[in-house]
Amino acid sequence: MSAKAKRFPQRLNIRSGTIDMTHGSGGRAMAQLIDELFVTHFDNELLRQANDQAAFDVPAGRLVMSTDGHVISPLFFPGGDIGSLAVHGTLNDVAMAGARPLYLSAGFILEEGFPLVDLERIVISMGAAAKSAGVPVVTGDTKVVERGKGDGVFITTTGVGIVPEGVNISGDRARPGDAILVSGSIGDHGVAIMSSRENLTFETTIESDSAALHQLVAAMVAAVPDIHCLRDPTRGGLATTLNELALQSGVGMQLTEDAIPVRPAVSAACELLGLDPLYIANEGKLICICAPEDAQRLLTVMQADPLGAEAAIIGEVIEDAHGFVRMQTGFGGSRVVDWLTGEQLPRIC
Amino acid sequence: MKYVDEFRRHDLAQKLSRAIHNEVDRGRQYNLMEFCGGHTHAIFRYGVQDLMPDNVRFVHGPGCPVCVLPVGRIDNAIQLAQQHDVILCTYGDLLRVPGSGRKSLLKVKAEGADVRMVYSTQDALKIARDNPGREVVFFAIGFETTTPPTAVAIRQAQAEGLKNFSAFCNHVLTPAAIQNILESPEVREIGSVLIDGFFGPSHVSSVIGSQPYEFFAEEFQRPVVIAGFEPLDVMQSALMLIRQLNEGRHEVENEYTRVVSRDGNRKAKALVAEVFELRRSFEWRGLGLVPYSALRIKSAYAGFDTEKRFEVPAIQASDVKGCECPSILRGVKKPTDCRLFGTVCTPENPMGSCMVSSEGACAAYWTYGRFREAATTAREANA
Repeated sequence: MSAKAKRFPQRLNIRSGTIDMTHGSGGRAMAQLIDELFVTHFDNELLRQANDQAAFDVPAGRLVMSTDGHVISPLFFPGGDIGSLAVHGTLNDVAMAGARPLYLSAGFILEEGFPLVDLERIVISMGAAAKSAGVPVVTGDTKVVERGKGDGVFITTTGVGIVPEGVNISGDRARPGDAILVSGSIGDHGVAIMSSRENLTFETTIESDSAALHQLVAAMVAAVPDIHCLRDPTRGGLATTLNELALQSGVGMQLTEDAIPVRPAVSAACELLGLDPLYIANEGKLICICAPEDAQRLLTVMQADPLGAEAAIIGEVIEDAHGFVRMQTGFGGSRVVDWLTGEQLPRIC
Repeated sequence: MKYVDEFRRHDLAQKLSRAIHNEVDRGRQYNLMEFCGGHTHAIFRYGVQDLMPDNVRFVHGPGCPVCVLPVGRIDNAIQLAQQHDVILCTYGDLLRVPGSGRKSLLKVKAEGADVRMVYSTQDALKIARDNPGREVVFFAIGFETTTPPTAVAIRQAQAEGLKNFSAFCNHVLTPAAIQNILESPEVREIGSVLIDGFFGPSHVSSVIGSQPYEFFAEEFQRPVVIAGFEPLDVMQSALMLIRQLNEGRHEVENEYTRVVSRDGNRKAKALVAEVFELRRSFEWRGLGLVPYSALRIKSAYAGFDTEKRFEVPAIQASDVKGCECPSILRGVKKPTDCRLFGTVCTPENPMGSCMVSSEGACAAYWTYGRFREAATTAREANA
């Protein structure tokens, strides 16, 4: 503490201060922002070394790497904020290879005039999310853009992880006969975001499902190493993600509407707004495709984890030259579940 | 979900399906037009067709407000946004409707025009209050359901003394359009598509009531059953239409009694009559000029009429060549009869208006139903 006090005679004025161009200039103001905000809240040994990069040993195995830019509006929403989302989003992308995430990096683009008190709240939340996931933010970058050229804050995170031996999870491995599982109720994140939009406020108890799924994935991979596909249905929702997998694998899919878990509050909000929960974004759910004989074992493992408690088998992979995802409706008919067209709502993650 | 799930019950659907199968005369076809896009959407989304006998055909009508808006009016809106520097407020599904030269409000927005998506007329009023130095235009479209909220907004703007708010009125009337379809030579011509009966609109009828359909049920000898938007409503109404046809009746019946009365919503109708008056004629995409089929703002409210505040020229713009939207909107052709369907015209890149709105027949076919027939025909034809 005393060393810091000497380096920067006056501490950052978090309570009423705002970001200005000097915070991205490379000078003392930037150093202070990094030191008093980022290093304080992301605190870990690699970051404290204060280098422009983090150097670490890599365990044996295949290294996976994934990156994700976060531009969500609003920045704070029921069940999370852009900080926790930036951690969960990238951890999940790494985990969907069946990998154990090791480290994260974070790039911040801040807009001139952004309140430091909001930035601190975001950084604290991000630090807490990283800590609880056990994956430290070991390097980062800060840039400032002029007022009007950003929207408060954008955060890009990159993650690296290691895939255990014998695990080969990929979107092109779905085969006819495979079972399709989802880890829980769909649409929570998108509805939570919508409910907090300025021009669309409605009251709901729904919170974003934003969560890090790597521990759930680790348990799944330990039980069934030969999982064929894993993917988190974020933008575009369950429907679009299944279409991606069908296209990649050259197969069709047959879903049962009644088997897909949707919270009543999410159905109600979708009903009101004319949306379909199948197309609403999730930030703490995964889709798993596996051989039919592994489905029950995986379901049991998923349901034993709090993040998979409502997991369900929702359909099967079928042969289809057109790659259609079809669904038996609860009403008794059938329909195509197509890709999302256009945008259901802007800037959700 | 209460009041919703009851109308989507699987067991009741099976029961109704059996009743319909028992009721139909195997020796004839039943061509039933659902006027409203809301019904089209429900039919596809829940797979209602799967529960119907083969000789009952749903003919998708022009009741999709986005689909029937002529290209010229989209061009007008684009001009307003680009040349008059207004804040143009619009419902979301209008953003992607193609105007002339492949322009759309979404594209001119990307080029810098101030186009904003709103969820209600109240949002547009708020934008006008918050931007006293700018002209704010509300792109008012829709059938009788969306007309009262526009009337409310105009009256509210007057009461508040808002000087920078106006509505670009494109409100259209359902009964005039149905009559036009029945009078169209293609529809009347023997050998062309015959429409045996109509599903009457749900929300529109909640405003105008069931009475306005009585004239043409009698005049054209076609039964009309006003139907709710839930899939069980559609099936129950189909059964009622089939019964009428089997018994040689052509009456207006009301399946949607939980909402629709014979007189409709008197208060809403009075409000509309206070603010709007009939246009002599108005162009509908697909139907052409239809007499007395649309509304304009009365001169007493001229200050809130975009067409009075700005120069809004009549633009004669044509549809993309090969686009069958006009015939599809009249039920003369199916989306799969169009060469553009699924080849160059998809929801991502719509050429015609029927592909834009989720209520449009082409978008509904493409999004929900193409595995039945469309994909094979469209793709094989293209291969």
